[in-house]
Amino acid sequence: MHFYRAHVLCCAGTGCTSSKSLDIISNFEKYIKENQLENEVKVIKTGCFGLCAEGPIVVVYPEGTMYVRVSPADVKEIVEEHLVKGRAVQRLLAGHDKTAEVSQSLDNIEFFTRQKRIALRNCGVINPECIDEYIARDGYSALAKVLTQMTPQQVIDEVTASNLRGRGGAGFPTGRKWQFAANSKGDIKYVCCNADEGDPGAFMDRSILEGDPHSVIEAMTIAGYAIGANHGLIYIRAEYPIAVQRLKIAIQQANEYGLLGENILGTGFSFDLQIRLGAGAFVCGEETALMTSIEGKRGEPRVRPPFPAVKGLFGKPTVLNNVETYANIPVIILKGAEWFNTIGTERSKGTKVFAVGGNIVNTGLVEIAMGTTLREIVYDIGGGIPNGKKFKAAQTGGPSGGCIPAEHLDTPIEYDTLTKLGSMMGSGGLIVLDEDNCMVDIAKFFLEFTVDESCGKCPPCRIGTKRMLELLEKITSGDGEDGDIEKLEELAKSISKSALCGLGQTAPNPVLSTLRYFRHEYEAHVYDKKCPAGVCKAMLHYHIIADKCIGCGLCARKCPTSAISGDKKQPHVIDQSKCIKCGVCMESCKFAAIYRG
Amino acid sequence: MSKCGCTCSDAKEKQLQEIIEKYKNTEGALIPVLHEAQEVYGYLPLSVQSKIAEGLNVPLAEVYGVVTFYTQFSLYPKGAYKIQVCLGTACYVKGAALVLNELQKELGIEVGKCTEDGKFSLDACRCIGACGLAPVIMINDDVYGRLKPEDVKGIIQKYKDMTE
Ligand SMILES: Cc1cc2nc3c(=O)[nH]c(=O)nc-3n(C[C@H](O)[C@H](O)[C@H](O)COP(=O)(O)O)c2cc1C
Ligand code: SF4
Ligand code: SF4
Ligand code: FES
Repeated sequence: MHFYRAHVLCCAGTGCTSSKSLDIISNFEKYIKENQLENEVKVIKTGCFGLCAEGPIVVVYPEGTMYVRVSPADVKEIVEEHLVKGRAVQRLLAGHDKTAEVSQSLDNIEFFTRQKRIALRNCGVINPECIDEYIARDGYSALAKVLTQMTPQQVIDEVTASNLRGRGGAGFPTGRKWQFAANSKGDIKYVCCNADEGDPGAFMDRSILEGDPHSVIEAMTIAGYAIGANHGLIYIRAEYPIAVQRLKIAIQQANEYGLLGENILGTGFSFDLQIRLGAGAFVCGEETALMTSIEGKRGEPRVRPPFPAVKGLFGKPTVLNNVETYANIPVIILKGAEWFNTIGTERSKGTKVFAVGGNIVNTGLVEIAMGTTLREIVYDIGGGIPNGKKFKAAQTGGPSGGCIPAEHLDTPIEYDTLTKLGSMMGSGGLIVLDEDNCMVDIAKFFLEFTVDESCGKCPPCRIGTKRMLELLEKITSGDGEDGDIEKLEELAKSISKSALCGLGQTAPNPVLSTLRYFRHEYEAHVYDKKCPAGVCKAMLHYHIIADKCIGCGLCARKCPTSAISGDKKQPHVIDQSKCIKCGVCMESCKFAAIYRG
Repeated sequence: MSKCGCTCSDAKEKQLQEIIEKYKNTEGALIPVLHEAQEVYGYLPLSVQSKIAEGLNVPLAEVYGVVTFYTQFSLYPKGAYKIQVCLGTACYVKGAALVLNELQKELGIEVGKCTEDGKFSLDACRCIGACGLAPVIMINDDVYGRLKPEDVKGIIQKYKDMTE
């Protein structure tokens, strides 16, 4: 094997690719060649490092120097300075633009040191398109162990003892699920992977598939052995082209290496894997709808029972798990259930990956031990709220979840505490909202989503969510009346109880939870006709303060609808009937003479 | 090669028949066939749907039902430049709706529509995974991030100039 003195790792996940990381990689190759370093330095295309806000990211080993916001034009300098002369390029180091000390290496960036990476263990570390790199990091040794040293029941017992709970939302114990499917009789059984990732603010499953596809393939094969299935299907969103491509490559490589397909590792066990593309329907993330969709039909949910473990895909016993759930399996097999139980809390073991977004400095992916507090995620790992704004709430669980307000920042995060607070773990989207976000508007945003995505099969969801949305629209356009809030609440409660599937049952959650913590904002909209955060346009007005206005005329020139008039050096006024509330005037005024209210 | 018996005069039709042939014996073939057919035609007009119905031996009503259920499938052609505005949560809380409004104004079309000259189509989509750059839009395969409504004009102009 060739020994390189340095490795350059560059993120090729969706986020960084969209800011030209592929050009960065090819520039590295070019300049490394020009400097005749191709035998000393190796360039590796990796998955997501997690710090997406600072992308594109390049890490140089052995030092572990992390460069952020790199552009293709910066590459020449990194090669000539760092790789040739051994001097880090200061201006591109993480933290260089802040007053705090510049971080030289990954090992002392708080964003990383506070995390515990199990599911993301290989993301940003290996080249996902190279099976050898996965194998070099203990890849497929869990499969080998299972096939040669364990009975199927021992595998299930180990997973059960680990107390791993499903990471796709509901938190059902994975070992129990496998046991049910193993107990079901049937000549054909299936192992499915839910990579439909429907929460519109979550992207951990995609990052795992892009950064470490083999971990999911290995785990599904292990599941197949455990329950007695020889076929696996991965249902993945068509909107994830890079992940689909990497999965295809990985499946092919695993087949070539005899780690997938007929007679795996000569043990006589066979397992094949297919990819099925989703087609853009949120409800298909629900397990029964997902299976209906694989069968080639409209993805409508079915009534349970029968549960998939008994009667699933094509009517056969089926295990369905989420991507992140699978990514934990090989590690649990290798390190043991006991080890896994040392991480996390009493009732939630292990870690959880969150896609942290919204109004927070370090947007990106973080994996934390269960029990970490929201405050640590938002402030220590996430770097706090930008522009000195105040934290208002964190939204978790996407359209099925709810908001956690500032007074609960110190709650340890685990399945049960989140549910108690009226939110849920969900798949791990965590959106930070600040004082400029209107909670009624956020509730409306999620309701729009569910109305759009309701499959229409059952009336409470199809009609009920529509009525809720209408009420929210009425309230946010300033037409709210006495009694509307109560009506909304009533509707919400009855839909939760009567809808057929999880989509409808949880659709009212964003409304219920914002009502619980931010009822005053609803009341301000309905009774005072005011949007305290200044988001709902219908209730917004821009005004010029005559005392402060010097009559420079700048705002009048900037206003797109010529709504502002006034004589030179005289206070100007805004014609409310022409104003479209774009806010340009307020931004342009240099004398703070315009306010919104 | 296809043995469909019809006069496969145009290349697209031939490709379609090959796709059908490839999946014919797969369980749950309809959705993969629709995906690949849409790649060939750019959209799924009724004529294509009925050929698929015939080829896979499923009722046309079922094909239509599936096509209209999933947002990935389109009954109408898209523009030469497909603009997708991310309305995922991260983008939304950072003002994606304002960017979308600006795009509608600039192009003079609503979401889901195509400009008359066929150059631009405008759609809303869900998280494309570039949340760190929110709010983002995608034009064909190019991603534009950290957008403000006032950036829209310049970006659209760039594409208008390219076609002229
Ligand atoms: C409306 C709805 C959408 C869902 N979307 C997803 C999803 O995108 N990804 C996912 O893994 N699970 C999703 N689930 C949960 C699945 O039904 C199922 O519980 C999960 O995939 C099981 O895997 P796990 O036990 O490993 O979590 C969704 C559930 C509902 C009701
Ligand atoms: S709750 Fe909604 S999504 Fe679920 S079956 Fe009923 S209509 Fe369909
Ligand atoms: S920009 Fe400010 S100071 Fe100038 S006219 Fe407008 S409100 Fe007055
Ligand atoms: S929410 Fe827009 S890219 Fe994720």
